[in-house]
Amino acid sequence: MKKQVTAVIMSLFLAMLVLAGCGTKAPTAQQPAQPQVKDVILATTTSTQDSGLLDVLIPAFEKKTGYKIKTIAVGSGQAIAMGEKGEADILLTHAPDAEKKVIESGAAINRRLIMHNDFIIIGPAADPAGIKGKSAAEAMKGIADTNSIFISRGDNSGTDQLEKKLWKQSNIKPAGSWYQEVGTGMGQALKIASEKQGYILTDRATYLAQAKNIGLPILVEGDAKLLNIYHVMEVNPAKYSKVNAAGAKAFADFLLSTEGQSIIASFGKDKFGQPLFFADGNKTDKDFGL
Amino acid sequence: MDSIWQGFCEAVRLLAAGDPEVYEVVLLSLQVSGLATAISVILGVPFGLWLALNEFRGKQLILSFVNFGMGLPPVVVGLFVSLLLWRYGPLGMLGLMYTPIAIVIAQAVIASPIIAGLSFAAIGSLEPKLRLQFLSLGATRLQTNWLLIKEARLGLMAAVMAGFGGVVSEVGASMMVGGNIRGETRVLTTATVMEVGKGNYEMALALSFVLLIVAYGVVAILTYSQNGRRQDAG
Repeated sequence: MKKQVTAVIMSLFLAMLVLAGCGTKAPTAQQPAQPQVKDVILATTTSTQDSGLLDVLIPAFEKKTGYKIKTIAVGSGQAIAMGEKGEADILLTHAPDAEKKVIESGAAINRRLIMHNDFIIIGPAADPAGIKGKSAAEAMKGIADTNSIFISRGDNSGTDQLEKKLWKQSNIKPAGSWYQEVGTGMGQALKIASEKQGYILTDRATYLAQAKNIGLPILVEGDAKLLNIYHVMEVNPAKYSKVNAAGAKAFADFLLSTEGQSIIASFGKDKFGQPLFFADGNKTDKDFGL
Repeated sequence: MDSIWQGFCEAVRLLAAGDPEVYEVVLLSLQVSGLATAISVILGVPFGLWLALNEFRGKQLILSFVNFGMGLPPVVVGLFVSLLLWRYGPLGMLGLMYTPIAIVIAQAVIASPIIAGLSFAAIGSLEPKLRLQFLSLGATRLQTNWLLIKEARLGLMAAVMAGFGGVVSEVGASMMVGGNIRGETRVLTTATVMEVGKGNYEMALALSFVLLIVAYGVVAILTYSQNGRRQDAG
């Protein structure tokens, strides 16, 4: 009996070892005659994953080309930092100022406009700061003046960078117990704002995807300053030889192809009654006055 | 309360309906954490045995490090393993970052001190004369060690369970070195964090229950075998 039990335990561990072995081998066996380097590391913002867009885009791309996209969903700031170190192959981000810097530094190339939607400021229905319908700058000022709770991402993401910019443009240095930096992704930050009945700046896609959990209405929208533009960049293979340049280019081209753009344009229509993103494949920064 | 109960029902439904994506995640969690635990047993048990049976200068120092290691924060381990495995890190040529192997490495680092420390405690708490008795009865050193391991099996099994429980429920390191990639490095804990981020609380709750059920299942098997052996031996 003793030996049998020992044997059972040993075989359990052996089975795990074997299973683990199979697990890593299986993918190569399934797809023969595919691109040389299959894995493409996509560093992107949380909103593309949390809204569910990537769950539609990536399978379509993988099926078509045989590449395997490894999505690392972090804030735009961290995604760009990964690109700057050559640890990602392609970047899909929404932080224009930081993107321009990384292009200037030569770490990334081929910055192309993919899509846009907009940022909105949401907050408690009672609106203690009285910002409903105002411009972004007036809203920020109103929130600061009344010391109303404001939830900041505080993680150097694209949303966080825009928020910092808005404060700066209003000449406000946010500080105090009303200004709470949470350091989490957009989805989690929205939930915190909802629980604390605070104001928060969010991209519309994540907000719509989560609206059922969030008891905060839209208070400010439509200001030109609140435009949310997503660009794709390929990490420069001339600078980082280990980058999968072919895979990165294939994915960027796919995002801009008719198929990719139509997936983006129709995403969310069935579920939310309106698209979450507007496809901008044929536009450039100039169309948005940037 | 209702939502917790609904989450539990959803978890049972997910398991019963055989949702392929959930099964994939469950299987990967078991493989990765099982393999990491196995590696930690291979490293930790002999080390704990060696530490328990030998007296030497500096033993307290080593012991203090092992005990410290039992509480290593997973995120710190994750960060160090990331720095090593990144493409342009010292082990970058292996191409292991964002693979299941990377998670196994990080989890083995987390579990090894736990298993070593608890193995030391289990073997150290045996009657010290036992070893001399075995040796005087003509057992070789290897046989003596094996007999001691068998004597301490209850404590060692607890060490294995603590190690497995520690890594299967760990999220910081798995997220950092695995990246939560769908179909590749998505384990139960990282999937739960992501579903919370997406606002799918039902799904997150269901995955949590699946994690609890799976973790309990493994521990129950180990406990059962532990008690079975004890009754057998008694």
